[in-house]
Amino acid sequence: MIKALGYFIEIIRGIVITSRHFFVNFFFRILNVLGIKTKRKGAVTIQYPEQRKEIATRHRSLHRLMAREDGKPRCVACMLCATVCPSECIYVEAAEDPELEMQKYPSKFIIDIGRCCFCGFCVEACPEDAIRMDTGKIELAGYSRDDLVYDLDKLLK
Amino acid sequence: MIDVLIVLVKIVCALVWFLLLTLYLTWLERKESALIQDRIGANRASIFGIRILGLFQPFADAIKMIFKEDFVPAFSRKFIHTIAPFISFFFVAITISAIPFGDSIKIGERIISLQILDFNVGLLFILAMLSLGIYGIILSGWSSNNRYALIGGLRGAAQLISYEVALGFSLIGLIMVFPSLRLSNLVHFQGELLFGFLPKWGVFLQPLGFIVFLFAALAETKRAPFDLPEAESEIVGFFAEYGGLKWGLFMMTDFMEIIIVSTLLTTLFFGGWQVPWLAADGFHWPWGGEWLLPHWLVIAFQVAAFNIKVFFFCWFQILVRWTYPRFRYDQLMDFGWKLLVPLSLVNIIGTGIVMSVLK
Repeated sequence: MIKALGYFIEIIRGIVITSRHFFVNFFFRILNVLGIKTKRKGAVTIQYPEQRKEIATRHRSLHRLMAREDGKPRCVACMLCATVCPSECIYVEAAEDPELEMQKYPSKFIIDIGRCCFCGFCVEACPEDAIRMDTGKIELAGYSRDDLVYDLDKLLK
Repeated sequence: MIDVLIVLVKIVCALVWFLLLTLYLTWLERKESALIQDRIGANRASIFGIRILGLFQPFADAIKMIFKEDFVPAFSRKFIHTIAPFISFFFVAITISAIPFGDSIKIGERIISLQILDFNVGLLFILAMLSLGIYGIILSGWSSNNRYALIGGLRGAAQLISYEVALGFSLIGLIMVFPSLRLSNLVHFQGELLFGFLPKWGVFLQPLGFIVFLFAALAETKRAPFDLPEAESEIVGFFAEYGGLKWGLFMMTDFMEIIIVSTLLTTLFFGGWQVPWLAADGFHWPWGGEWLLPHWLVIAFQVAAFNIKVFFFCWFQILVRWTYPRFRYDQLMDFGWKLLVPLSLVNIIGTGIVMSVLK
């Protein structure tokens, strides 16, 4: 009997908590809708497309290739990124560079974002700091699989 | 001729009220659950960029549901599968005909009661129609050719039948106090005063009956914490094989049941359209003094009071649904048969003793 009474008190407490949340949030939401600034918002929602949360600096977003001063990619086509990639989404084709100092450059550098798992191993593996994942682009949806294949031109932008 | 016209107008008005309230309960459910959980809730639906708190959301939902595929699973009983949601919907929608929205209006010589049909068995009619709604659930579960849907339908039937007993018993005490089954009479009885100041509402005369009725009625609406037949998050329910507008009918039936339960609670236990101390010619305050009002204003007050009470109970039921976790099945049956039915029997006996002592 006493146990049952305890349950009953908890039931009442539950509905008091939810109705308190309702009324407090209702009051502050009404004030906000009417344009009155209050310290408390009444909701923790971030209204995404208009309001955005700041992305952390170490967040791994869409890749980019770094360029030299003359506009060519820093990449020397050493294939380390393609080797380390666990989802095998990087395809690099090397070509011979006429400049003696460089010797190799990527004639094709393709990342299939549809397969990429955003582990960041390619960035860590790169000896030339040629690939980074700091563009801050997180909305990568496309209408077809081909839209998700990023080639050299797109990545250098 | 004009009598038929008046009844038609009453039917249209009541149905429009009922369906609009149903539509906006879906909106209220989203908004209220959002506020309880510190969110904002649906606010994106807009017409020409005008949002007004997402008030267009129900219409967007309706349009979406209309354009969905009308899917009937293979080897199902097609006719019964199609007709089941309509059975469910019909038996709930018809109950609105017995609900009194206000006192009768006098226009010239004519007296129009704000009720579609003033049955002498109005209360029994509503209870019977709510019970017949079970057929929609059982048929939808059985005809879908899906074992999970069948189990959901049977679970729903078992739950509704067991809670129907407590629901009926809890009203016997009330009918003993107000000796009538005619809903307009029940409301008229509640207009009197107790000890000279307290309105003679059912909740003051039958507190135990009110509690039992409230729990049984919550179980009748098949929503959390009693949502075992449906249980959208875990268990497969009776309308697993439905989509589009047929599923929408089941969902609307749910919300209409909330409104019917709210109107029943209002009519039986909270004085229906009665405003405390408001008689046909104005307010008569219990501390002396009067505030006389014209006839139309009294009617307006009464209809507004009825609506406010109904809105409050709709709000309260949604609050309950977003507060409590679900019962386990054996706990559900225990609660119905071992607690609510004995309590309602105690209520009947207690009411009888008190009435015979006071006589």
